Amino acid sequence: MATVSTNEMKAGTKLLIDGDPYSVIDNEYRKPGKGQATNTLKIRNLKTGRVLEKTLKSGDTIEVADVEDKDMQYLYNDGEFWTFMDPKSFEQIQAGKAAMADSAQWLKGEETVRVTLWNEVPLIVYAPNTVELAVTETDPGLRGDTATGGTKPAKLETGAIVKVPLFITEGEKIKVDTRTGEYLNRAGK
Amino acid sequence: MKPPSGGFMLSDAMTDWTPSADLPTLRARAALLAALRGFFAARGVLEVETPLLSSHATVDRHIDSFRTADGRWLQTSPEFAMKRLLCAGSGPIWQVCRVFRREESGRHHNPEFTMLEWYRPGFDHQALMGEVAELVVALAAALGRPLGDGMERLSYREAFRRHLGLDPFSAGIPQIRAALAATGHDAGDLGGDDRDIWLDVAMSLAVGPRLGLEAPCFLYDFPASQAALARIRRDDPPVAERFELFWRGTELANGFHELGDAAEQRRRFEAEQAWRREQGREVPPYDRNLVAALAAGLPDCAGVALGLDRLLMLLLGKDSLAEVLAFDSGRA
Repeated sequence: MATVSTNEMKAGTKLLIDGDPYSVIDNEYRKPGKGQATNTLKIRNLKTGRVLEKTLKSGDTIEVADVEDKDMQYLYNDGEFWTFMDPKSFEQIQAGKAAMADSAQWLKGEETVRVTLWNEVPLIVYAPNTVELAVTETDPGLRGDTATGGTKPAKLETGAIVKVPLFITEGEKIKVDTRTGEYLNRAGK
Repeated sequence: MKPPSGGFMLSDAMTDWTPSADLPTLRARAALLAALRGFFAARGVLEVETPLLSSHATVDRHIDSFRTADGRWLQTSPEFAMKRLLCAGSGPIWQVCRVFRREESGRHHNPEFTMLEWYRPGFDHQALMGEVAELVVALAAALGRPLGDGMERLSYREAFRRHLGLDPFSAGIPQIRAALAATGHDAGDLGGDDRDIWLDVAMSLAVGPRLGLEAPCFLYDFPASQAALARIRRDDPPVAERFELFWRGTELANGFHELGDAAEQRRRFEAEQAWRREQGREVPPYDRNLVAALAAGLPDCAGVALGLDRLLMLLLGKDSLAEVLAFDSGRA
């Protein structure tokens, strides 16, 4: 069982607390001139995404969580599981709905994604920050109404729905920021 | 690959040799030191130098010293040597020096830092707070960052009442823990059954960060259990005649109406040693020279230690100690 002491906990250090994996965001050392030294950690629960604060006595140790980030290729979805491949070892792993969360709606196949593994099981799958996808369904735009900045919903080839400017038409490719779910621009042909 | 002349290796080139502070900051530091000397010279306070290496060390349970290969100790404060000078009849004295503490580096912590320390015979802690305020105002003016001289004085008790809604002299551990939880702080079982540790944690997390947000603020009259080297006044409950200075939530100075009772001093040293022994911590020898000097007689006085790097950092509006040190511990 590997452990780390408070002075080794840096941003990105993975900790196992109450059975859950956490990632350290920030570690603030405080020491009154004449008092007990403490380290206040800001940590993110990698299963729930919740951020919390926890203060430890300086010098305390915590077990390290066996968490790693890996770039993997998305292969296919069988309706229940999404299958990814390690491009170096060709090893395949499957991620369930919880790990996919919002990422599933942006993937169509073959793109490289970052997968956070905990004890070699996928914990979080991150879609690429931006994706280029074709519009499969949207209402015809209203001519001449490009200046007002109005938007309309559009369905993309992966099934995701995004708000797009009125001038976008079916069959066009657009670029979307997956972190915000917002339309960025028309994608190059 | 053949190394360039002078034995300069690629791995040498990859190290970051540059200072952590910029040049204007180093100039401000020099101006601060010059202003300091002017301030004390004008008041007839004598500048002294005392040894950095000593055959004794602090036994304070929360301060760990560096030990040298020959079995001596680097000072964590010049306090003991300066009190011996006072006992020898020096009159008012001050010193600026490096002190060393075995602790983590952090935004506001560096294992060696610059301490300003001075002693005033005939002053109590309230009188010395007045002079600390005058010094901070003078130094701010010297750096072209004038401060008003209205500095709040808040008792330790009042600060806890105001910011945590409890009385630090009577609250039990469950009450302190509940108040911390109510202000959004999770400290687990950090303090165990040690009430003073819970008070420290509450100070670090919930009270201290709210002190001196506008102008610097003094905190005074601490619980007797946190007296360190301060006199205890027999109020009900008894209080330690100790003060701290906070500015923008950062602790800047710690002062005492100094304990002069040799027997009481020895008792406190021995209690700290006993605690260290019990916890399996290093137990340095306490300073017998200090106890002997106190037995010969310490003039009634107050003394204070001020972290000069932190003061410079706050005066210049910087966020970290590294920005005001020529080389922080990562580059030392």
